[in-house]
Amino acid sequence: MKIVIDSTSFDPWRVLDDYQKNMSDLDGQYGATAVFIGTMRDFNEGDDVSEMFLEHYPGMTERHLENICLQATGEYQLIESLVVHRVGAIKPNDPIVLVAVWTAHRKQAFEACREIMEDLKSKAPFWKKEQIAGGEDRWVEKNTKGY
Amino acid sequence: MSIHVKFFASMRDLMGDDRDIDAAVVEQQEISTVDDIWNYCAEGKKRSDNVLVAVNMDYVDGQTLVKEGDEVAFFPPVTGG
Repeated sequence: MKIVIDSTSFDPWRVLDDYQKNMSDLDGQYGATAVFIGTMRDFNEGDDVSEMFLEHYPGMTERHLENICLQATGEYQLIESLVVHRVGAIKPNDPIVLVAVWTAHRKQAFEACREIMEDLKSKAPFWKKEQIAGGEDRWVEKNTKGY
Repeated sequence: MSIHVKFFASMRDLMGDDRDIDAAVVEQQEISTVDDIWNYCAEGKKRSDNVLVAVNMDYVDGQTLVKEGDEVAFFPPVTGG
């Protein structure tokens, strides 16, 4: 299990590839990998968004994400899990979050990946401040209902 | 008793606190709740029902008692992912 809060841009596919290559001791044990990648949109609530700042609560955020993954590990028999989340200034099309889980079978992988994401969206202490094209900035008050 | 208080995101703006994330150490009487800490810091500002509270990085409610050295954080609904 690995949790990363990253203040610099990351390539989720490269991170995933590197992580899986370092799991070679688990080769043959997992039969399913589920991956979710969240990317910044250039629109929200009818406005064009040019930039965003992601704040977190150092210490609590990492601990909360670890707890989510530990809980999912027990519930879905995860063999491995990885969560990477951006903080700081980001631009449209930048990856924001990567969640990946490895399990024996696809049911646990799909369900665990979704559960980790939904918990992260509703409880992990991150906050977005978006810059509206034209100058104004505003805190995002709630996440868009995306599921 | 000293309590470390932090405000994040729009709560920091509400408090007019530009001292970045680390906020104040407040002196409180020996028996205090999270609500008491808010009332001490907020100087009459109302706390919305959706404001979240953590003590020592665990979610709690307003009636939770705090003790010497605790870290109390107030923040709006989370919007990560």
